[in-house]
Order: sequence, then structure tokens, then C-alpha cells
Amino acid sequence: MDKIKLDAWVGIFVAIGVISLLGLAMKVGNLTSNDIRETYMVTANFENIGGLKPRAPVKGAGVVVGRVNSIVFDTKAYHAIVSIDIDKRYVFPKDTFANIYTAGLLGEQYIGLEAGGEEKNLEQGDRITQTQDAVVLEKLISQFLYSKASEEE
Amino acid sequence: MSNSIISIKDLSFGYGDRLLHKGIDMEFPRGKVSAIMGGSGSGKTTILRLIGGQLKPTSGQVEVEGTIVHKQNRDGIYRLRRKMGMLFQHGALFSDLSVFENVAFPMREHTNLPENIIKDLVLLKLNAVGLRGAAYLMPPELSGGMARRVALARAIALDPDIIMYDEPFAGLDPISMAVICDLIRSLNDALGATSIIVTHDVAETFSFADYIYFVAEGVVAAEGSPKQLMASKLPFVKQFIHAEKDGPVPFHYNAPSMKEDFAL
Amino acid sequence: MKTLLKFFEKIGCSFSSRTLRLGAATRLFFLILIYSADSFKRIHLTIREIYFTGVMSLVIIIVSAFFVGMVLGLQGYYTLQKYGSSEAIGVLVALSLVRELGPVVTALLFAGRAGTAITAEIGLMKATEQLSAMEMMAVSPIARIIAPRFWAGVITMPILASIFSMVGVLGGYVVAVPIIGVDEGAFWSQMQANVDFRFDIVNGLIKSVVFGIACTIIALFEGFDAPPTAEGVSRATTRTVVTSSLVILALDFVLTSFMISG
Repeated sequence: MDKIKLDAWVGIFVAIGVISLLGLAMKVGNLTSNDIRETYMVTANFENIGGLKPRAPVKGAGVVVGRVNSIVFDTKAYHAIVSIDIDKRYVFPKDTFANIYTAGLLGEQYIGLEAGGEEKNLEQGDRITQTQDAVVLEKLISQFLYSKASEEE
Repeated sequence: MSNSIISIKDLSFGYGDRLLHKGIDMEFPRGKVSAIMGGSGSGKTTILRLIGGQLKPTSGQVEVEGTIVHKQNRDGIYRLRRKMGMLFQHGALFSDLSVFENVAFPMREHTNLPENIIKDLVLLKLNAVGLRGAAYLMPPELSGGMARRVALARAIALDPDIIMYDEPFAGLDPISMAVICDLIRSLNDALGATSIIVTHDVAETFSFADYIYFVAEGVVAAEGSPKQLMASKLPFVKQFIHAEKDGPVPFHYNAPSMKEDFAL
Repeated sequence: MKTLLKFFEKIGCSFSSRTLRLGAATRLFFLILIYSADSFKRIHLTIREIYFTGVMSLVIIIVSAFFVGMVLGLQGYYTLQKYGSSEAIGVLVALSLVRELGPVVTALLFAGRAGTAITAEIGLMKATEQLSAMEMMAVSPIARIIAPRFWAGVITMPILASIFSMVGVLGGYVVAVPIIGVDEGAFWSQMQANVDFRFDIVNGLIKSVVFGIACTIIALFEGFDAPPTAEGVSRATTRTVVTSSLVILALDFVLTSFMISG
């Protein structure tokens, strides 16, 4: 087999492979510019994170502005410490609310950030103080049943 | 003998408990064409492999140019092999390379010669075996005799000191046989090399070999020049040379008596 | 009683012979690693093998991928629409392919096409004494013949697996959007939201590299070890396919459990 033809075909082969991989990464996966941008990290404490997982989206007004980095359990204060990476392009004031919402009725959970009114903004290493836990279905049901029971009385 | 390029001393070799060779002594003098003959399965090809270092003897030693082969490490064996050229039974040409590429292979692997010199050398070697015109054919396109001649050109590509032939005449037509015969002798003399041929072809070998070893039952049964062996009175040698059906090598394979088998 | 004993003898014999072969294959693996310098210094040797294992497999990979993708689209839609989640078809096709079907099916096809070709080629070279001839010319057949084929297999597998996954997704798209009528936007956006590059795509690539190593070593070993007869070589190619397939599926389970838990 001609050396040149061989090299040409192998080159084409590898090129197709690389294109496929890039296609997979961009169109199929979520390797968008978001992940490559620079981020700053802040933490938030929750009594109950529900089904929140690392890499879950962090949204402001419904737009993805960052990702959950890690979730650890604080053994002294018995709450969860969630670290989130926020894209450097987006700044939030220090009194921002961090709430855990569910996408759709039974979808996966994400953190929604609602901006407060303070002038100073969150910086690397800051802690979001206003948080709202995930809605746990069992608590909701027991609340409902309890209120129903008290109604009947 | 100091003019022996290869010395085999008290060589024994076998697999497991079965010994193929039991104490073989052979000397191969420089510049001569020697032959190792014997019946099929007598271990002739194995001797070539022992010389080339592909196998290790169970006891005894093989010396090539004063160096004991099996005591060498990998680099040492490779250095020895560069002085050897071997012609395998059916040629063993690399089927994915052309005739030219096959002969050029040892030159490309072991020398740094520029391409134009390699081209000249390859064509010279092919010319020596009469196949310069077939340089760009592929091995599957060659006949058996041609393939063997190309393999011979490849074996002498680096002008080796020792050339070994494994059954070079097997399966050839009379013309090809005559050609190979002639090439073995003329190349040996032209290169000043030492040739060892493993074969069981009596007529051809006796016509040009200088010294012949007969191997049977794991030992050297007889040795000598063709003239000496023709006159030998040893029954085994006589049976072999005169192609007699029955003799020390029996016609009947070991079998129970006729009475038992035919229920007489 | 005797038949029972003979039965156990056979099992023990096959077990010990398999263990011996596993040891020999491992030894070959390390020899390949030791003699790999030439595969990269004389890269052309490896490139030639990439052509014969990779480029020649392109057709079967692309065609199979397209059909697999289309079947996934069809089957997936049929099942999902019962739960009103037909818009998740993109996710289903993409994840099935990228995580599992891409690496595994590609590896199985690779073992069948390229693996058997390697085994047959090397077995034949051994039977016609080409490997011996090379040894006698003081060239290591492991460095010159075996190692380049190994590296070619390892490089080719992830490339083929990526192509398989991509073409499969396109196949699923073709069935779901133009033919069935699922919304195009939903197809891609749900997929992008749920397929994670690091977790899914990279893990799929890791799997395909591991499968590539396993399949290629098995193919090379069976060829190298085959008895130098026509029957020996043909049995060796069968063993290549069977052993490769079983090893791929077993490794798939092991790797998947690692990836899911850790």
C-alpha cells in the first residue's frame, strides 16, 4: 500500500474521530462555554438539601449561572454545607436568597438565586446567609394531613 | 580445529524426557559446504535452530566463531545472527512486502545505508539469483522455486559468514533444483562463506557438498566426504544412499504379529 | 464413577490450561510494553496498522451505529410515549449510546472484524515461519510486528467508539424528529441538559480504551500462540472472538460499577 495513501486515510480517520468527539461534547453533552469560564465559589447552608446533587445547575431568574461544586455534612452544626461555583460574569449582592427548587413536578433539583438589595456583592469564599430548604414530599403530605385533621375538628 | 567456524560438542537436546539428540559432535570448517542428512524427524532442522540460538541445548554446547551460543544474552545472540543467513523451507518471505522490500529488509533494519545504495545492493543480490526482473512482484505471485530464490537473496543480503539451508530442495521441479544446487555452491565460494544444508536429497547434495553428516537415532551415524560415504559399508548409510526400501530403517511400523491382527 | 472423575479431570485441566494461557498473555503484554519504542519512533509501522484495523472498520461501524441509533429511537419512543415523556427520546438515545452501546458494541464489532484479522495474520505468519525468519535476521518480531498492532488497536478503539456514538445519535435523530415528529428543539436541549461531558462521554472513552487494550491483546496472543497449522489458526480466530466478547462484557460491568459508585 502506498505510503502516502495510507497516511492520508489514517489522517482522515483520526479527523473523523476527533470531529465525532467534538460533536458529542458540544451538541450531545453540555461542554459549553459555561464550564470553561472562570468561576468564584460561595457556600450556603441548608437544613435539608432534598435531592440536590453535585453538578446540579445554579440558576438566577431561570438562567444557568453556575454549578453545585460539592455538598458536605457539618458534624458540629448538623446542617449541609453546599459549595457552588458561580460564573464570574454574574455578580450577586450579599443578601441573595438561595432556594432549592425542583425542575418540573418530579424532576431533578437545582438552586435558584434571588438577588437582594445590598450594595456589596458576593465574593470568593463568602457565605449566602438566606437559604430555603428543599421541599420534602413527606413533610408536605404530613402538613396537609395535619391541617386537614385540625380543620375537621 | 581452529578453522572450524562452528563447533558442536557433545550436544544433547530434547523435550521433557524424550531426547532428540544424544551427544552429537560436529565441526563445520570455514569456506566449506557441509550437509546434515537423515530421515524425517531425526532432528536435522533442530540442529540449525540450536546453532541460531532459537533453542537451548539440554547439555553440551554449540560454538559459533568461538562464542558459546546459549550463554549469550539477547544482544549477543542478535550480534551472532547478523553473521548468519537462513533459508527457510518454503522461503518464509514476508507476504505483505514486495520481493524488493523483502530483500531490502535486513539492510534497512541493520544498516544506515541511503536508499539509492540499498536499491543497487538489492538488485545485485536479486541478479545473483537470477530474479532481478521480479523485483516488484509480491510473494503470492511467485512460484515455489522463485520464492525460494528470493529468500536466498534475502539470506545473503548482508553478506553473511554462515548460510544455513533448511530443506532447500523440498518440492522443487528438476530445473529449479539444479538452479538452487548451483547457487548454493557458487554463492558459498563467491562470498567465502560457510554453508550448512539440512536435507534428505542424496543425488543433489552429493554432487556439490564437501562433507556430510548422517544423523540417525539422535547420534551421528556416519560422516565423511561424498566419496567416502558412497564407499561406506555401514548398512544404514547404504540403505539411505541407494534408496533401499528396507534395511536398518524398517519398512513396517511397529505392529503386533500378523497372527494377532488377522485372527489367524 | 470413572466418568465423574474424568469430568472433573477435564474441568481441572481446562482451568489450569486457561490459567497458563492467561499468564502467557500477560507476559506478552509486558513484552509488548518493553519493546514499544519502535512503534513510536518508526510511527509509520503503527500508522499502517491503524489503517488496517481502523479505516477498514469504518464502514461496518458507521452502518451499525446508524441502525442501532434508529432502533433506539424507535424502541425508545414506543416505550416513552406511554408515560407521556416522548420528548426525553434524545436523552435516552444519547445516554444509551455514549455510556454503554458506543463502547461495547464497537468493541464487539472490532473484535469480530479487526481482532480476527489480526489473529489470522499473525497465526499465518507463524505457520509460514515468517516470525522465525525475522528472529533469525536479528529483528525482534515483537517490536516490529506485534507492538505496532497493539498500539494501533488502543488508538483506534476510542476513535471508533466516538464515531459510533455520534452516528448513533444522528440515527436516533433521524427516526425521532423527521419520521416520528418529536420536537427538534426538545430532542437536543433535553439531551444537552442531561448528558454530562465528564461523567458520560469521558467515561465512555475510558471504557473504549480499556476494551481496546483487552481485545487487541487477546487477538495478538491467540495469533502468536496458535499451532502453526491451518486448523490451529482457524480455531485461534474463533477463540479470539469468543474470549474478546466475554471479556468485554465482563469488563463493562466492572467499569460501570466503578464509574457509577465513584
